[in-house]
Amino acid sequence: MNSILGLYNYWIVIILMMAGLYILIARYNLIKKIIGLSVFQTSIFYLYITMGKVEGGTAPILLDDPASYSNPVPHVLILTAIVVGVATTAVALALIVRIYERYDTIEEDEIKAIEMQEEGS
Amino acid sequence: MIATQLPALQIVIPLLAAPLIVLARRSEMAWVIAVIANILCVLVAWQLFGLVSEQGIIRYSLGGWAAPTGIEYFVDTINAPLLLLISSVSAIVVVYAYHSVKKSVDSTKHYLFYAAWMLCLSGLLGMLITGDAFNVFVFLEISSLSTYMLIAFGNDRRALTASFRYLVLGSIGASFILIGIGFLYAATGSLNMLDLSQRIPNAASERAVLVAFSFISIGLMIKSAIFPLHAWLANAYHFAPISVTAFLAGTATKVSLYVLLRFLFSVFGTQYNFEYLLFNVILLPAAIFGFLIMSVVAVFQTDLRRMLAYSSVAQIGYIVAGISLATQAGITAGYAHIINHALIKSALFMSVGCIIYRLGHAHRPSLDNLIKTMPLTCAAFIISGLSLIGVPLTGGFVSKFTLISASMEKGWWIMGGLVLVSSVLAIIYIGRVVDVMLFRKQRLPNPIPQGRNEAPLSMLVPMYVLIGLSLYLGVFGSKTLGVASEAATQLLGGFR
Repeated sequence: MNSILGLYNYWIVIILMMAGLYILIARYNLIKKIIGLSVFQTSIFYLYITMGKVEGGTAPILLDDPASYSNPVPHVLILTAIVVGVATTAVALALIVRIYERYDTIEEDEIKAIEMQEEGS
Repeated sequence: MIATQLPALQIVIPLLAAPLIVLARRSEMAWVIAVIANILCVLVAWQLFGLVSEQGIIRYSLGGWAAPTGIEYFVDTINAPLLLLISSVSAIVVVYAYHSVKKSVDSTKHYLFYAAWMLCLSGLLGMLITGDAFNVFVFLEISSLSTYMLIAFGNDRRALTASFRYLVLGSIGASFILIGIGFLYAATGSLNMLDLSQRIPNAASERAVLVAFSFISIGLMIKSAIFPLHAWLANAYHFAPISVTAFLAGTATKVSLYVLLRFLFSVFGTQYNFEYLLFNVILLPAAIFGFLIMSVVAVFQTDLRRMLAYSSVAQIGYIVAGISLATQAGITAGYAHIINHALIKSALFMSVGCIIYRLGHAHRPSLDNLIKTMPLTCAAFIISGLSLIGVPLTGGFVSKFTLISASMEKGWWIMGGLVLVSSVLAIIYIGRVVDVMLFRKQRLPNPIPQGRNEAPLSMLVPMYVLIGLSLYLGVFGSKTLGVASEAATQLLGGFR
């Protein structure tokens, strides 16, 4: 029981991660794929944050000698990773706009059909 | 004074060049800045290479923060040769790119193209030089994001979907690496690679280390396009602008392979059982199936770019086969093939780029008798093709010979034989192109304009410089092997 309830934050990470990957694989719409990718990346942010948390710990700022404090390094790392995630999403959305301009669709199966037709002719 | 700052300069020069190029705007200026920055990069890498072979490891604390806390740049005999290799290949290809980009990319976007190139270069060099695990992820994303942009510059609209597919797979790979680094940090409380390598044996939980190991390996296998995780590569190489393909083929996958080597040997060390499992059960079959299946697939391609893309996956198979032997000789072979294959494949894509520059396509059946109109380009293709096959006196021979003798040494005769089989397949796919170029009478009604129609000198000269380098390393193969075996010794010995 303890391994389920006591570690519930890790279970949330796993559920989010799998949900994100599933959306990424199962959806044909490119925008939805990117939503899945973002959910997947966000779950990793949770993993890092939850790792640094110490129960009852405080933030080690402006205190001379806090009795127990949360590790600030994962938070800092994840700030960087959030920036990277935003940049990835931005590039992906820009690509989707360009794809829509050239193909008139953002459904992957339709794009594939168009490409197959082109290669055949 | 400046000598002590060299490791930082290696990254800062291209990183600063990118915004300068955006400010310059004009396409000629953009190109000139890119070339100058790139040549400076080569000089810095050359200096670092000399310093490392003289005085050993260089450790550089970024911002003056000492090693385990701050980010550290770490130059040793493993990454110094690759720094030199990657910056040289990039410098040669960026000179070559001028005419090809002028023709295929919209002239209002040239400055963005070269800015993305510089960002990609600084990301790749950063992955090589950094000694901090999280920093690897950051530089990996810098290089990946600019690579997606560079691929999307391709003329064909399929370049966009190729770039999108690479973005999705690349982001999953990078995220896996991020998860792995997180677990490593949770298990050891450190991010510095040197520190990690000392702390991992005493880690609180071996299972966390195992999870970290698996995530990082899979993420890097995606990024370095190891069979069967190569799905993004063929379309990306096919539809990207050809100069980008020449650049990426020689650099991007090689840098990811280096990071894989670094994590497998230096950080995790070879004392773990699961590592042998990875080598023998996952990497070795992947390598062998990779170079056999991908060579067969390459034989049936009619577009030269696509053929060379599949051949790239096959050649990565050789490198991984060498690594998965996990012996001194095996790693030497894999490392030497990283160097040789980078030079050969870039030169091959450059010669295909010359053909595309004149004909507008690289469709094999309509290259009949091309030697009449483009003799220098065809000669370049044939010389590098021979090197890809592994004919004596070329770079490819040196590393393939070492690979086969390394597998014999370990008693894996079958693998040595399969490498030979795959080389025969390489003779077939290169031979089919050479046959069309040299001997076919023109079948189609005058598809190629008659008379000499060679690519411009600014494309031919860089191409022949690269071929010259690759031949030099073939004739004086002991130089590559010396560098490679030093790197292998250090990889197997861990951080010392």
